[in-house]
Amino acid sequence: MFRPLLALLRRDLTLALRRPQDALTVVGFFVVVVALFPLGIGPDPEFLRSLAPGVLWVAALLAVMLSLERLFSDDYRDGTLEQLLLVPEPMGLLVLTKIFAHWLITGLPLVLISPLLAIQLNLRPDEIAILMLALLIGTPILSLIGAIGAALTLGLRGGGVLIALLILPLYAPPLILGAGAVDAVMHGSSAQAHLSLLGAMMVFALFATPWATAAAVRIMLD
Amino acid sequence: MSERGIQWFRFTAPANFYDLAGRLIPWFAAVTVALFAVGLYLGLVVAPPDYQQGDSYRIIYIHVPTAWMGMFLYVLMAVYAAIGLIWRIKMADVMAKAIAPTGALFTFLSLWTGALWGRPTWGVYWVWDARLTSMLILLFLYLGYMALHAAIDDRQRASNASAVLAMVGVVNVPIIYFSVQWWNTLHQGASITVTDAPTMATIMFVTLMIMVLAAWMYSVTVVLARARVELLERERNARWVQERLEGGSK
Repeated sequence: MFRPLLALLRRDLTLALRRPQDALTVVGFFVVVVALFPLGIGPDPEFLRSLAPGVLWVAALLAVMLSLERLFSDDYRDGTLEQLLLVPEPMGLLVLTKIFAHWLITGLPLVLISPLLAIQLNLRPDEIAILMLALLIGTPILSLIGAIGAALTLGLRGGGVLIALLILPLYAPPLILGAGAVDAVMHGSSAQAHLSLLGAMMVFALFATPWATAAAVRIMLD
Repeated sequence: MSERGIQWFRFTAPANFYDLAGRLIPWFAAVTVALFAVGLYLGLVVAPPDYQQGDSYRIIYIHVPTAWMGMFLYVLMAVYAAIGLIWRIKMADVMAKAIAPTGALFTFLSLWTGALWGRPTWGVYWVWDARLTSMLILLFLYLGYMALHAAIDDRQRASNASAVLAMVGVVNVPIIYFSVQWWNTLHQGASITVTDAPTMATIMFVTLMIMVLAAWMYSVTVVLARARVELLERERNARWVQERLEGGSK
């Protein structure tokens, strides 16, 4: 049962590695957006520090959102997605595999690059650790929820802008909890409550969103 | 259905629904006007001013009904959308689509009237309070639903796709609501609390309920009217549409 899923994962990763600029663009966007904030707000270290959790999370969220369109669009264009619907494995699992590959390519690099930006914004090591942990739990949620939007806008004109309108309101909870975790540590309390809720949300999203995405893909290919 | 009861499924047929709605709309419209007239008279003239807020509190007679309707209509829209998606009932799709603009309007009005009330009471038009923020996100969800519906040309596909979105949204609304509350309470404590009047006078309560009912009746009227128009557009090639439009009457 898992062999087709592994094959799909390997295929998606291979395709991504053949065209590394796609993944690098997302990381580049993340870095540039964060770098713009000090220019707009001013270089005061304390002020930047207090804004850092929100800035980093919003930038990560926008970066993930920009990468979403590519999740299904190539496969939609060359017909692979229709072939996937014919595979005997449940579409939900196939979609989940694709989302996992997408997260490995776009979400994980964001988590790995985030300490660098956090240092620039004057976060302390323990806060950076929590930031990475929160992003590690949170970016999969962003990919999972975003996949629904990506599927619903398949083949639409101006799909990219539409994804933003559909998905950004749904991103409010992970944003609040993720940035809140770092904020809690900055104010000397424990981040455990935030991280637990974020983890719960990830489990729920893991369970529910692949089926919604699969339903959306079926509708749009109907 | 049983033989004696009203055969409700009859009205899932577009032609029957069209006729029934056409007959009901004038009644609902009349009730709406009457209730609004009574409610506004009681609210603006009869009800006494609040001992803390003076006359500015009177906006709750608009604010509370619109906020309730904004939230409730979203759930109703999602229920219709789910029925349409699962059982392929075309009327349910039409109803879901017809509800969305009214729900968005009510949500927007509740934010707007809230801002107008907040200025004299809190001193600012807008605070990032838990309730305000979650209502704002609700408005965005409505807008997303309508935008997706408008973006897809094929009607059936548009209905199904936005039904998925509405259902995802309805699962998310409680999550958003609670997360926003945690965010607010964890960060800044209770800097602003809604200063309710200690006990609501009977006249105020009755007026409020009348206004809520009026908002309900308004929603029913407008949604039915919009559903009728949507039906005509969808089924413009069907024979029942030709029959009814050629008759000259509505």
